[in-house]
Amino acid sequence: MARIGSLPAGGPVAATRQTSARAVGRRSGWTLRGLVLLFLVLMLVYFVIPLFWLVVSATKTNDELFSTFGLWFAPDFHLLENLHDVFTYDDGIFVTWLTNSAYYAVVSALGASLIATLAGYTFAKLSFPGRELVFAIILGSIMVPNTALAIPTYLVLSKVGLVNTPLAIILPSLVTPFGVYLMRVYAEQALPDDLLDAARVDGASEWRIFWSIALRLLAPGFVTVLLLTFVGTWNNFFLPLVVTNNPAYYPLTVGLANWNQLSQTFSGSRILYTLVITGSLISVIPLMIGFLFLQRYWQSGLTFGSLRS
Amino acid sequence: MIPSRHMAKHSQTEAIQQAIEVQELAPPASGLPSALRRWRRWRQRAVIPYLFLLPFLLLFSFFILVPLLYALWTSFFVERLIGGTTFVGLQNYQEVLHDGNFWEGVRNVLLLLFTQVPLMLGLALVLALLLDSQIVRLKTIFRLGYFLPYAIPSVIGALLWGYLYSAHIGPFAQLAELLHWPPPPFLTAAGLLPSIANILTWQWTGYNMVILYAALQAIPPELYDAARVDGASGWEIAQRIKIPLIAPAIVLTVVFSIIGTLQLFNEPQIMTAIVPNLIQDHYTPNLYAYNLAFTNQQYNYAAAVSFGLGAVVFVFSYVFMLVTYRRGQR
Repeated sequence: MARIGSLPAGGPVAATRQTSARAVGRRSGWTLRGLVLLFLVLMLVYFVIPLFWLVVSATKTNDELFSTFGLWFAPDFHLLENLHDVFTYDDGIFVTWLTNSAYYAVVSALGASLIATLAGYTFAKLSFPGRELVFAIILGSIMVPNTALAIPTYLVLSKVGLVNTPLAIILPSLVTPFGVYLMRVYAEQALPDDLLDAARVDGASEWRIFWSIALRLLAPGFVTVLLLTFVGTWNNFFLPLVVTNNPAYYPLTVGLANWNQLSQTFSGSRILYTLVITGSLISVIPLMIGFLFLQRYWQSGLTFGSLRS
Repeated sequence: MIPSRHMAKHSQTEAIQQAIEVQELAPPASGLPSALRRWRRWRQRAVIPYLFLLPFLLLFSFFILVPLLYALWTSFFVERLIGGTTFVGLQNYQEVLHDGNFWEGVRNVLLLLFTQVPLMLGLALVLALLLDSQIVRLKTIFRLGYFLPYAIPSVIGALLWGYLYSAHIGPFAQLAELLHWPPPPFLTAAGLLPSIANILTWQWTGYNMVILYAALQAIPPELYDAARVDGASGWEIAQRIKIPLIAPAIVLTVVFSIIGTLQLFNEPQIMTAIVPNLIQDHYTPNLYAYNLAFTNQQYNYAAAVSFGLGAVVFVFSYVFMLVTYRRGQR
């Protein structure tokens, strides 16, 4: 993975031969390079422009959304007023949604990654009867459509009286079959059997081996599953939509979708446009910051899922 | 395919372990009664692993297995106003098979699967190869920029594009007006599916690109340095060396895309609020099941529709994996 970008490996000889080979096609190389760069920049514009629109629009009044060009700022800067509106509308329900999202995501991510790490470690490093069968069942469940689950999950939850509680969102989010798969693959690579056997010879209990040796070595995988589950729960829409109908328990996604629906149905309440737009911007910021700072982890996570398949 | 490889590896280690255990057992090293020893070994081999798995298996059973079995169970019944709930066997499934609404939804997601997914994955592959090649600088900026949409909840992504597509406040319509063109037909009957395809492409290309890029980065450069010295072009290296080497990662992105696309829900659900007259309640099978259950309270039939969709998902991912596996074997 640690590959030095532009330095050609293979020593100076290879390097000179390479440059001479390149010199032949230098002219065409430059135009090719220019075209590639142009393409990459255009793609960058495509991926970033909706976000730019979101930022610009969050600084506008409702009227300006309609009367000024969408991709540039209006003369007056209305962001602070919009933020104020978002946080105070309907007695500050947005703050509740924001806290709900954070709460659901943090608890689910911590719980799910701990459970998945323990399970992944067990599948990777302990052999026991039925291991591959149980693992195959868990893997197979990745293919189950989420409605096939969400509707009966709702029915099951309502039978035990958990609908419209935070647990209705958190408990199902603790189950990450993909996380177990990732941790199994990771544990197989990152944990040398000799180390575990040495600990066993020294008389450490299986739990102690996991808790004080394995968990530490599995930390990068743990963080990756943590991130994936955090993002998954923060972004989840379908499950909370199904298992809650009380706005006090909505996460941001369901709350904003609700505001959007209202803003489309009642033409009189157009103020909701700015609410939805500014609220969306706020909901996007935490994850973007997280992604920028924790790059290493999500990248390694997406990798080790694919390398060994 | 994935488990089979593990299985091969594990049965091997298991065999070795058993061999070791047999060796250890052969001379009675200590004076422990054999029953106690057997219990210890049994505890080591079965009890502790299952104890470790208990938290996961409990939650897995309660939130995946039980709901699945429960849904399967309910799908065999019909609820009538008069007469209550009655067992009807496979009748609901027969109905699904002849349900035009279901198949219309399936047609929509299959259309996306065969147009949007190849486009998106092709783009992701091209971007990953370009960022992996030596002709581009500032790779980090591009990579982060492309990945950014993945950090956005798909609901927010759909909302965002809903505004961008809008004939009133969308910048494209505004530009068109400036040029005295008619507004672009994003939110019309004909334009809707391409519009949704664009949202999906925008949201997921970067994610797939990162998977492919990471796989490319893991290739030891020695593998193609020789080819480069021999004068192979970047394109030849990509085609002959890099793409075959990252085939497992490509397969993974395809399988994820099959599963994700066939289960499409969020985008059409958000679009329903924006253009209610364009998106029927059965625009995708998932949306259909949701509306059957929560708008019409037809839980039994909704369960059957969900399993119908599950079967479609299974068939497509399974067939795809089988085909690629066969090809890999040759």
